[in-house]
Amino acid sequence: MTGIFGISIQGLLGQLLVGLLNGSFYAILSLGLAIIFGLLNIINFAHGAQYMMGAFLAWIGMRYFGVTYWWALLLSPLLVGAFGMLLERSMLKRLYKLDHLYGLLLTFGLALIIEGLFRYRFGISGESYPVTELLEGGKNLGFMFLPKYRVWVVVASLVICFVTWYVIERTKLGSYLRAGTENPQLLQAFGVNVPLMITLTYGYGVALAAFAGVLAAPIFNVNPVMGSNLIIAVFAVVVVGGMGSIMGSIVTGLGLGLIEGIVKSGMIANLLSSTFDSVPVAGSIVYPIKLLFSPEASAVTIFVIMAIVLLVRPAGLFGRER
Amino acid sequence: MKRKLLSALICAALMLQVGATAGAATKASDGVVKIGVLTDMSGTYSDLAGPGALIAVQMAVADFIAKEKPDFKIEVISADHQNKGDIAAIKAREWIDREQVDVIVDLVTTSTALAVMKVAKEKNRITLVSGAASTPITNEQCTDINVHWTYDTYALAVGTGKAVVKQGGKTWFFLTADYAFGKSLEKNTSEVVVKEGGKVLGHVLHPFPAQDFSSFLLQAQASGAQVIGLANAGNDTINAIKQASEFGITPKQSLAGLLMFITDVHSLGLKTTQGMYLTTGFYWDRNDETRAWSKRFFEKKSRQPTMVQAGDYSAVTHYLEAIKAAGTDDTQAVMAKMKATPINDFFAKNGKIRVDGRMVHDMYLAQVKKPEESKYAWDYYNIRQVIPADQAFMPLSESVCPLVKK
Repeated sequence: MTGIFGISIQGLLGQLLVGLLNGSFYAILSLGLAIIFGLLNIINFAHGAQYMMGAFLAWIGMRYFGVTYWWALLLSPLLVGAFGMLLERSMLKRLYKLDHLYGLLLTFGLALIIEGLFRYRFGISGESYPVTELLEGGKNLGFMFLPKYRVWVVVASLVICFVTWYVIERTKLGSYLRAGTENPQLLQAFGVNVPLMITLTYGYGVALAAFAGVLAAPIFNVNPVMGSNLIIAVFAVVVVGGMGSIMGSIVTGLGLGLIEGIVKSGMIANLLSSTFDSVPVAGSIVYPIKLLFSPEASAVTIFVIMAIVLLVRPAGLFGRER
Repeated sequence: MKRKLLSALICAALMLQVGATAGAATKASDGVVKIGVLTDMSGTYSDLAGPGALIAVQMAVADFIAKEKPDFKIEVISADHQNKGDIAAIKAREWIDREQVDVIVDLVTTSTALAVMKVAKEKNRITLVSGAASTPITNEQCTDINVHWTYDTYALAVGTGKAVVKQGGKTWFFLTADYAFGKSLEKNTSEVVVKEGGKVLGHVLHPFPAQDFSSFLLQAQASGAQVIGLANAGNDTINAIKQASEFGITPKQSLAGLLMFITDVHSLGLKTTQGMYLTTGFYWDRNDETRAWSKRFFEKKSRQPTMVQAGDYSAVTHYLEAIKAAGTDDTQAVMAKMKATPINDFFAKNGKIRVDGRMVHDMYLAQVKKPEESKYAWDYYNIRQVIPADQAFMPLSESVCPLVKK
């Protein structure tokens, strides 16, 4: 087989593409978290549950009300976003003046309750959401079969990410939001309704999670724990990117998805063994690193990177030291 | 202070003494037979075992009381071991030490089963494993007071592996969950594949649990193997099958779900799973007896039972009958009775518990129906073959369990 480090070029391309696909999920989820943290100072641990709600609402809509995929893509984020605003108004707003830990604990508790309720009603095996007809099938690229739906996921997430970034960083509305994070009292004195703005922002962050949920529904099995499986990794993405940094979360999400893809392909482990295995002492020193970057350990890759980044840049790659 | 401590110690010693004498007087040592259902109540295996396992055990107890009218009390308690061996072991210890639990049932996930078997052996309590699948349970780590009831990875390999090779699937690549169960299933299946004249081209281990399988599936695709063997279970299997069809891997290469439960098929739907072979210890729609029991289960759970849940019922019933027959709940006496008595119920016909703790009974090779073949809800399988008990499980001659005398 021609190729590098035991993987054919075709294989590597395929793995990179798959990494990009997963990275776009990381990006859109961590974006929502970053917005919420940036403006509300709340570490929204319910994000995974809200992502799951988005997927489930799409499934419930299809199953019981005949709602199509495209409508679900619009309605599900709206409904879950409204639910988020309700949470913010009734509970979260009482916590802004307290330590981050309180927001984290409250949202973590909410996540457990929401997941528990869904598990009680739907069981753990989950439900299947079919790919909509328009996006069925795919194209053979020679090195891999690329499903149309995955392309759509990447395009949709990138567009949403870009629009969000643009609104926050380049428009007047965005300047209000940023001013709100710096000095809410002063902004309020200028006649801006800051509490409403905060509620809407939280609603938008939550809606992003639900949007990602609907995007994920046809790919992953829709089940009550789909969010909790993902959310810890997404938090690591946010930390690596820099808490609250919009661009940081997008770029890091895509980047970590790519790195995870490469690790899953086994390339790094192969590279390390082909370079060091013949060297007597180095081989055994490198062995634990090789284990850490082997496909079966791919679930921890992100956290290893997080640890390294925190050592070198405690505020994250794109974060500002305060 | 010293005197207080001393008197407390004496009191404790006296109480122990009283407890021991009371034990000799009644049939059940403390007047109660306590059954602990230790399972995955909320995680990836909670549909195939979980709350349904608890329901099955409660049904077994209620049926036993109604039929036999025993002169001892029976209690059922349950806990969530979260698929973690350490949590399972701590809970088992607590149950046995503080709650006087007599028997621990279900134990889905190999790591929890092995951990609890160790604690139970040390404390001389019976374990009835229905959920876990790995063969070390009745081999390297076998105990004389454990029974492995429903199925194991060897039986799955013999059933599904053989059938798929016979259908022409000669080259295999494994997608394996990175823990004891996945590895055991892969090893058993590889052996069967090679023995039947097939070839194993490679494998990739994936973290447990995982969501996205596309990377691993691409590697399986690149191997060019005719068959991709899924040595995993539950949501991992579901997601792998779903994504294999998304990436156009099936139907060019075929998938062999080495451990699939009826709940998995229900979740994926027949369109995705049609034609797949699977090995099971129980199918609800096999005969009138299984249908009658499953109907009662369905009324409580709104789902048809999996083989694990049906196995839990069968195991607990056999255990309670052994207590009645032995006239005591003493561990050794009950286990001796259980091993001496054949099992005949809706789950197993003429089942036997071997010296290594393996309960041997017929297994079934099923093929998932096409959507148009399915006539009513949960009508999912065609039973293609009954695998006789003596062929379904690893023969004692191959066993490495120290209890097997050779």
